[in-house]
Parts: sequence; C-alpha cells; structure tokens
Amino acid sequence: MSLKWKSRLIVFLLSLLVWLALTSWRDVQEIVAAIVVAALVSLAAGHFLITTHKQKHLLVRWFAAVTYFFLFLREMIKANVHVAYIVLHPLLPIKPGIVKIKTRLTKDVAMTVLTNSITLTPGTLTVDINPQAQEIYIHWIDVKATDVETCSKQIGAQFEKKLKEVFE
Amino acid sequence: MKVLRWIVGLVFIGIFFGLNFYYYHGPFIAKLINILLFSAIFVLYRVVIGPSAADRIVAVDILGVLSIGLLSLFGLFFNQGFFMDVGLIWALMSFVASIAFAKILEGRSIDD
Amino acid sequence: MIREIVGMVFISIGILFDFLGVLGLVRLPDVYNRLQAATKCVTFGSAGILFGIFIIQGFTSFGFKALLGIVFIFLTSPVAAHAIARAAHKSRIPLTPLTVIDCYEADHELKDKVD
Repeated sequence: MSLKWKSRLIVFLLSLLVWLALTSWRDVQEIVAAIVVAALVSLAAGHFLITTHKQKHLLVRWFAAVTYFFLFLREMIKANVHVAYIVLHPLLPIKPGIVKIKTRLTKDVAMTVLTNSITLTPGTLTVDINPQAQEIYIHWIDVKATDVETCSKQIGAQFEKKLKEVFE
Repeated sequence: MKVLRWIVGLVFIGIFFGLNFYYYHGPFIAKLINILLFSAIFVLYRVVIGPSAADRIVAVDILGVLSIGLLSLFGLFFNQGFFMDVGLIWALMSFVASIAFAKILEGRSIDD
Repeated sequence: MIREIVGMVFISIGILFDFLGVLGLVRLPDVYNRLQAATKCVTFGSAGILFGIFIIQGFTSFGFKALLGIVFIFLTSPVAAHAIARAAHKSRIPLTPLTVIDCYEADHELKDKVD
C-alpha cells in the first residue's frame, strides 16, 4: 500500500470515530451515513496527514507523546498562575519585548506543535515563523535575555527535545 | 493613579460577587453562569472602547472561546444535549472569522 | 454524587481562570499583552469547564461532545492568536512604550533595505 492510501485510511478511521461520537448512534442509517461522509472526506483531503515513512517504533513515539502531554499540562498550569499574578498585581509588573529563537526541528507538524505549545506556556506568544531559516519570533511578556542562544534555551529547549523524540 | 484605579475596580468586582453569592438565592450553576456573563460584559467593553481594530478582533475571538463554555454550562443547567452542538459550531465559526479578520487586517486576499 | 462534586470543582476552577483572563484583556496596555493573557487563561478556563462537564456526564453523547470541544479549543485558539498577532504587527499597530526590544521590526527593516 502506498503512503497516500495509508494516510487516507487513517483519516477515514479518525473522521468515522468523530462522526460516531457526535451523533448518538442507535440506528443502521447513521452508521451508513458516517461511512459515506468519512469516505468522501478522506478521498478529498486525506493525503496531507502522513508524508514520510516511519523511522522508529510506533510505541516509543506514543510513549514520548504521552510524556510530552504531561510536561505541557504542567507548564500550562504554571502559565495560568503567572498570568493571574500579573493581572491581580496593582502595578502590572510587565517588561514586554519581541525576541528571536532558533529551532532544530524541520518538519511542518513538529513546528506547528512547538509554536502552539509556546503560545500556551508562561509569558510567551508566537508572532511569526520563518521555516527556511528555522527562526521563530516570540513576544515575551517578561524579557529576561535578548540574545538568540539564551532565549532558545529558556523558551523552547525542553519542548524541542521531547518533540524531536515524537516526530523525528 | 494606577493604584486608585485598581482599588475602584476591586470595589466594583467585590460588589458584583457580594450580590451574586449572598443576595441572589439560586442554584449553584446559575451563580457560576452569572460570573461568566459578567466577564462577557468586560469583553464587550473592550469591543466598544478598544483603541485599534486589532483590539476589537482579539475581543471577538475571546468571546467565541468564552461562549463555548457558556453554552455547555447552559446545557448542563437545562439538561439538554443540543446546546453543546451550538457551542461547537459557534467556536468553529468564530475561529474562521478571526482568521479572516486577521487576513483582512494584514492586507492580503483570502486565498493567499 | 462524588462525581458531581469533582466536576463542579473543575468547572469552578475553569470559571475563575476565565474571569482572570478577561480581566487581563481589560487591564493590560497593548494588543500583544492582551492577546497573551486572554488566550492562555480563556483556553485553559473553557477546557476546565468542558472537562468538568465530561466528568459529570460520563461517557454519553454530551460527554463525548465536551471532549471533542477540548481538543478543538486546544488546536484552534493558539492559531487564531498567532494570526492576529502577526496581522497586528504587519499593520503597524504600535507596541506599548514599556517594550524593551523588538527583533521582528529590526529584521524586517533590514530586509526592506536589501530589496
């Protein structure tokens, strides 16, 4: 089976699952409608999901993804407490600025997950991304350093290490 | 000046919370829904006052994410499942709308 | 009974963070800071509310829809924030005077000179 059809099969299963979760399925009609709609969706837009062959064992990558999820959850709770501290402080202790970091990730999916995680973690917001030069511009609400290396170490390093295990 | 404004805001919020939790006698979920509606007033303040167009877009985007929580709480209050559908579709439309607004603000065409 | 209490605790935490995020939207000085506070707190708060509803309702249709809503919010909210921030910067909406450094502006000035 070629890579395109494998990707389409996975999209078909995912969209079938979502449709069956959204409708309370008690009837044959709904299951038939689900299969038809999922087949149409996967034929039309199913070949974008997977673009490379697998490199590592799937179980290793899933384990890395679960640990990444817990790391992300911890950072997110920290982020919310930080924002709550800033908002409730009477003098608003902020020192904003836009800094630049470098990343070693190359795949599009990995970069998207990295920028989404950066947006949801303490005090940082992705403004723009330059995929050719592998640079990300980040708005930081409490600037601690301005050169590229220190910023990369402080903002993205821990996510980057895990994402390298998950995606590459 | 900043501290004075902070104190005024604290008194305002305190009056609201006092009215909500001590004066109003209703079920607990209704009190929580009242807090969400009160924060929607703040978002609408930003929509009306906001100095630039980007502020208004931010406020509308946030209102979309807020409304999915609000509608799901309504679904829990009335014990009706279809409120959740409304919330999901609302969040979807709000996401597409904020992407389109951002593109217009940037000065690009939609299919870029 | 215990399920309802745990779900209500999650919903209360979510509503607290929703309120704090909206307060940040009102108090902070410019677009980017407002976007930061509002996106983080409102995403986390709405996800908390939906997770509490999932705990109360269990594995019914309503609960599945709540879980789907959590996944949906986590995927879309940062993307919208990113798009709005970039559009605001490109349409020259000024940063607050408290700003320390702006690498993005500097790099784009350099590119304009090269072209």
